[in-house]
Amino acid sequence: MIQTPTPNVRVVTFKIDDRDFSAREDETIIQVAWENGIRVPSLCYLEGLSVWGACRLCVVEIVGSPRLVSSCSTRVAEGMEIRTDSERLQAYRRMILELLFSERNHVCSVCVSNGHCELQNLAQQCGMDHVRVPYRNKVYQVDSSHDLFRVDHNRCVLCSRCIRVCDEIEGAHTWDSKGRGIDTQVITDLNRPWGESDSCTGCGKCVQVCPTGALVQQGTSVGEMHKDRKFLPYLSRMRDAQ
Amino acid sequence: MSESKKITVATTWLDGCSGCHMSLLDIDERLIELAQQVDIVYSPLVDGKHLPETVDVGIIEGSVSNEEDLAKAREFRRHCKYLISLGDCAVTGNVPAMRNLFPLDSVYDRAYQENVQHNPLRPNDGVPALLDVVKPVHAVVPVDLHVPGCPPSADTIWFVLSQLLEGRVPNPNEVTRFGA
Repeated sequence: MIQTPTPNVRVVTFKIDDRDFSAREDETIIQVAWENGIRVPSLCYLEGLSVWGACRLCVVEIVGSPRLVSSCSTRVAEGMEIRTDSERLQAYRRMILELLFSERNHVCSVCVSNGHCELQNLAQQCGMDHVRVPYRNKVYQVDSSHDLFRVDHNRCVLCSRCIRVCDEIEGAHTWDSKGRGIDTQVITDLNRPWGESDSCTGCGKCVQVCPTGALVQQGTSVGEMHKDRKFLPYLSRMRDAQ
Repeated sequence: MSESKKITVATTWLDGCSGCHMSLLDIDERLIELAQQVDIVYSPLVDGKHLPETVDVGIIEGSVSNEEDLAKAREFRRHCKYLISLGDCAVTGNVPAMRNLFPLDSVYDRAYQENVQHNPLRPNDGVPALLDVVKPVHAVVPVDLHVPGCPPSADTIWFVLSQLLEGRVPNPNEVTRFGA
């Protein structure tokens, strides 16, 4: 989130991976890390949208604390010592990615987002080269009823970026979710086909923020879906300035 | 015999398109360099009909989809000191595993009944029976190295093989990924 400067915000000093940093106390760990080129992996966090903290890929260690914290939802504090890339964190991240790949049907080689997918890139970055748990092989639907866009639930990782951008930026709240736990699915309107949605404005923001090949443009073939999210920080900054 | 000092390699393809083997051949003139250091003792690309008792490196392309694939994977594990899953089908199941979303009966019907005009009949002899669920190789035998890619590029395969020849354990994620 872009935050408007307020006069009374303190500056705190802390360490990330043994490097000294100072930042405003209302900044989160992931913001400071990313601003300084430390690529803490994440799927659900996206600058310009509210913080969700669901994917857990951005977990970091705080020295002196036994529990891991998600760096997107934890603010920096005075004297904090943060580790972003320990063996323990790497092992957890690989496991999270393996579970994501096993949960639905992510067949990269035939996906429209092949080569431009955040999940695929994260697997490579995090050293996840095979899935140790059995694949679920569960059937998911593809909804192609919309004139412009398509939702393929096989590729969805439930990051909720589409839900948040539609509600917070477009103001339409077409997207939401149904079900619980592993049975959660994103839905349009009250679980009607996307093409029959009364609230969808057809703006396509959800497609652009989707990290995988779950939300895509109609007519795209393997590897053809490129996404552009440069509009998002711009829009939220303009709104904050109003 | 000087040949015996060479590192022995065996390759096979299970349920795949042979693209990974084509990619291996695509290392072009580096094949000569490879041939000076390794001896391909068993492979769809060479004449040898029997897997030797002990092989240094085994390379498997393709997923485990039928009874023959399963037997082959087990045989390779028994005879190979170091086993490599080459390509997305071997590593994830990939395209062959997309049939897992359908009951096996309807897969058979689709292949042998629905789309056949002349004498539609399910085979019961001469072809290996399909397994219920298509699996990656590491789901049926332990695998030492996974090389994702569909197919892994010739440069990726060369990177992996040359690192192994130099006695290092390569990290294929440096040069390849799922779907690459």
